[in-house]
Amino acid sequence: MRTLRFLLRKEFRQIFRDKSIVALIFFMPMVQLILMPLAADYEVRNINLSVVDHDKSPYSQKLIAKIIASGYFRLTGYNASFKEAFGLIESDKADLILEIPHNFERNLIREDHEKLFVAVNAINGTKASLGGSYLGSIIGDFNADIRMQLVTTPRFSQFPVIEVVASNWFNPLLNYKFFIVPGILAILVTMVGGFLTALNIVREKEIGTIEQINVTPIKKHIFILGKLIPFWVLANVVFTIGLIVARFVYGIVPEGSLLTLYAFISVYLLAVLGFGLLISTFCDTQQQAMFIMFFFMMLFILLGGLFTSIDSMPDWAKLITRFNPVRYMIEVMRMVILKGSSFNDILPHLGIVGLMAVVLNGWAILNYKKTN
Amino acid sequence: MMMQDDKVIVCEKLTKRFGDFIATNEISFEVHKGEIFGFLGANGAGKTTAMRMLCGLSSPSSGKATIAGYDVYTQTEQIKKNIGYMSQKFSLYENLTVRENIEFFGGIYGLSDQKIKSKTEELLQVLGLKSEANKLVASLPLGWKQKLSFSVAVLHEPKIVFLDEPTGGVDPVTRRQFWDLIYEASDRGITVFVTTHYMDEAEYCNRISIMVDGKMEVLDTPANLKNRFHVRSMDEVFYQLARGAKRGD
Repeated sequence: MRTLRFLLRKEFRQIFRDKSIVALIFFMPMVQLILMPLAADYEVRNINLSVVDHDKSPYSQKLIAKIIASGYFRLTGYNASFKEAFGLIESDKADLILEIPHNFERNLIREDHEKLFVAVNAINGTKASLGGSYLGSIIGDFNADIRMQLVTTPRFSQFPVIEVVASNWFNPLLNYKFFIVPGILAILVTMVGGFLTALNIVREKEIGTIEQINVTPIKKHIFILGKLIPFWVLANVVFTIGLIVARFVYGIVPEGSLLTLYAFISVYLLAVLGFGLLISTFCDTQQQAMFIMFFFMMLFILLGGLFTSIDSMPDWAKLITRFNPVRYMIEVMRMVILKGSSFNDILPHLGIVGLMAVVLNGWAILNYKKTN
Repeated sequence: MMMQDDKVIVCEKLTKRFGDFIATNEISFEVHKGEIFGFLGANGAGKTTAMRMLCGLSSPSSGKATIAGYDVYTQTEQIKKNIGYMSQKFSLYENLTVRENIEFFGGIYGLSDQKIKSKTEELLQVLGLKSEANKLVASLPLGWKQKLSFSVAVLHEPKIVFLDEPTGGVDPVTRRQFWDLIYEASDRGITVFVTTHYMDEAEYCNRISIMVDGKMEVLDTPANLKNRFHVRSMDEVFYQLARGAKRGD
């Protein structure tokens, strides 16, 4: 235990003496947390729409006005022909083309149905599919309006209509920032903690100082603890800064108790740092450690449920996410911060992450060899 | 001058293989308490590998060895309590100050706070580093770094100290001072096991061994070796042995 004191003192001295590390630890997460949520926006706006209106009737005007009024679309202009409009898509000036056929109004009134043609530039998949479906629902809405006007309905419609009304719980305004900020904070803490620990021991290997440690009678678990604790403390600090930024920049106040949140993050960090330590025991150079860490971080983040929903993944991917600590972290962040989940609600998550912490750190201790 | 029953290092056919390559080939020797034992050989002769095995940093492939009475296979941690080691590569923490390095290694070896304090003052005095005590080690010249490194290696008064080319790249004056430190340690009963490429330094040793291609070719006092090879300097002894070497860089 006394040895640990000396190790910690040394580690903290080294960390705070390295100005770039301090900047990395405190400044970078703050900047990222302020910038990333603004950029990582799920809402698609400013979809460039090009209209080819062959009808030029009041109805077609009404439809176009309704589309523009939705706020999601920006009219790039009216084109005389589909061919001309397609040129805009080719030069990336338009994302969608809406083609309104001749006699749109007449057919709609007289024959009770008409076809519209929507062409989507699917290079930007998200924009295209969301834009397409926005447009679809606006047209559907327009359609319903017209029916109401045209069909002089009896007291009860002969077609039963089931209307689906959605109510967004826990994030009533569907503010995507509430959704993404806790997730980004989770990833930031993971990256800072994971990378710093992975690189730290490897750097000692590279410089050769680890040799001087290995030749002392220091106990392996004490040495690992001496590396774990400083970065655990730092990552907690980063997390706290993140919560403060979330509070004052985005107005996100955790619904659940902070104690629950910190209880989880404490255990979670042990798992992440243990993972970093484990990698460092396998690598001889910082370059190796960096690449391996990056490989896993990409997996963790892409399969973490932040950018894509885990529910919509194929079964094999779902299976992988069960071994992904980041997934549990993101879930717990959302549960506690948005939903106000209690300690008991997150117990299963805590158990799994706790098990990961034990396994990873235990493995790191076993794999750290003082004698080769 | 030497007593036969106070062996601190006993090696018997100690061997280290890396695949097909035999870095250290069945070396056998004994080192006595308080002795300054020179471990010579051309680059790539297997000195560092042998030394790493003796320090418990590397596991032997075969053969036997005890250090301070402890087995190199099973009791590496006990060995580590009883030895000091100074590697070829400077390995104190460059981004800690002189004082912080001494404190850290003192603490790791389990010295009391009181002891660390008195040792630090003593060391700074002996090394003449008083005014540099709070400077980062990175800012010290190489010679001073090496002297500090040695002092830290013997901070906990080990039974044996292993020095791997401690004076490489150091000026002659500082080398002389370095050897004064070695003699002082030896006088306190610390056994010194040292590798070097400087033949004048070889002359300072009580006994020296010369390794060629992983094998220990000779082991004797410098005077006896010179007689045996009918030459006047250790330089010539070394040259006669090492020019037959097939390995090296």
